[in-house]
Amino acid sequence: MTQFCSLEDAIARNVHDGDTVAMEGFTHLIPYAAGHEVIRQRRKHLTLVRMTPDLIYDQLIGMGAADRLVFSWGGNPGVGSLHRLRDAVENGWPQPLALEEHSHAAMANAYEAGAANLPFAVFRGYKGVDLPNVNPQIRTVECPFTGEALAAVPAIRPDVAIIHAQRADRAGNVLLDGIVGVQKQAVLAAKRAVVTVEEQVDDLAAPGYNAVILPAWTISAIAVVPGGAYPSYAQGYYKRANGFYIAWDDIARDRAKFQEWMTENVLKQGPEAFLAHRRAVA
Amino acid sequence: MTNAFTASEMMTVVAARALKSSDVCFVGIGAPSAACNLARLTHAPDITLIYESGTIATRPTVLPLSIGDGELCETALTTVSVPEMFRYWLQGGRITVGFLSGAQVDRFGNLNTTVVGAYDKPKVRLPGGGGAPEIASSCQEIFITMAMSQRAFVERLPFVTSFGHGKGRGDREALGLTTRGPTRMMTDLCVLEPDPETKEFVVVSLHPGVTQEAARAACGWPLRLSPAVTETPPPSNEELRVLRELQARTTKAHAGDA
Repeated sequence: MTQFCSLEDAIARNVHDGDTVAMEGFTHLIPYAAGHEVIRQRRKHLTLVRMTPDLIYDQLIGMGAADRLVFSWGGNPGVGSLHRLRDAVENGWPQPLALEEHSHAAMANAYEAGAANLPFAVFRGYKGVDLPNVNPQIRTVECPFTGEALAAVPAIRPDVAIIHAQRADRAGNVLLDGIVGVQKQAVLAAKRAVVTVEEQVDDLAAPGYNAVILPAWTISAIAVVPGGAYPSYAQGYYKRANGFYIAWDDIARDRAKFQEWMTENVLKQGPEAFLAHRRAVA
Repeated sequence: MTNAFTASEMMTVVAARALKSSDVCFVGIGAPSAACNLARLTHAPDITLIYESGTIATRPTVLPLSIGDGELCETALTTVSVPEMFRYWLQGGRITVGFLSGAQVDRFGNLNTTVVGAYDKPKVRLPGGGGAPEIASSCQEIFITMAMSQRAFVERLPFVTSFGHGKGRGDREALGLTTRGPTRMMTDLCVLEPDPETKEFVVVSLHPGVTQEAARAACGWPLRLSPAVTETPPPSNEELRVLRELQARTTKAHAGDA
């Protein structure tokens, strides 16, 4: 029970300057409210890990929270560029950003290796392409049985994983449903895990015997933040705000407009700002 | 219903026609997603569409904006984790066709979606590879669909994000790749297939009203035509109707999701 706390406390206790942080959620269940709290608490020098940086890392990068980004696809899905990410990489604004770039297959495998307590991931990949020439973390191992050359990347072991989920029960067990991405792997690979949930319930009402449930003892802190994945979504609660993703292109294109939006909508707000996006109560 | 159609509609229709009902297709976002769903709504009703977010056999009524929109999950046969998707289903060799697009392509079907200019000092930083590098190597064959222009169809790629046929015939085999790689390219002007001898993509059909000169002018390498080049059959009324209804539903749905 003690692990339930405010979002402010959850972030203050678990995310420190210089940490390697993985906020995961593959399009679905992206922990926006938690990301905003990290920005409000002015964390610096983070290594941000995420398969698809999405708007949440565009915001963290644009606010100068990150020194380094580990990623595999850095666009605004279906819309175009992440302009803050581009500005950091192309122009070093507001500060230079080091990149460690992978493919999705590599990162998915690397999270799984982290969860499995292995030092590296092995898979068939990166054949004939240029990424291994610019990322020294991509290497090759020989299969000891067949001699086949296979791609190897280090396991992802974040200091803290941050995810959003549909609900937690009173004991702090957490249920994810829908597109579950790499969140289970990220939580189990990390030293600490922070979870925001749409609601706290008496019964998780798992949709089947094989539901994705993270036991309470795998989680460091849980904050109840209804609407906390907006403009991403929570299956069964609210839809992805595709209109906002489209609108972000214009907001993020201009440095001053971006800073003004962040001041009004993040710095001057708290987690309660997300309430407007939660599932309409019947 | 008029028979007039845009170049973009022609591209989507001809791309859709490449797919069969028996295909298990890994769908890239954007142009590939429109083509794959048009195929499913017309001649290939039983096609299995897979998006990298983990949704298997999804049947969305509107085109998703992202590869992970909720409707993909709600209409799927099942949704698996992302590691399972890439390990069991893609690397496991279960996918017959990977449908890709890109910012740039060369004559051998290699794709760039990473960077224009030097990697360390980019002129334009593009989104990156995402699932594409391993889609390109693990699917049994690859279809590519993108609009032709000198900027997109280039003599030399600044960065190879996804491997096609490298520098020509035999390069895939030399890397130990056992899949066929890119076998067809559907553009807004023509359809291209690799020359069996060299693996260079050559025009096998020109869309109605498109001249050889127009296709050459939109291509950054000296574009060659197959000796047996034909005219692409125009979109049928049914193909156009289904595509336009799909796009109208999509626009309406996304505008409402603010």
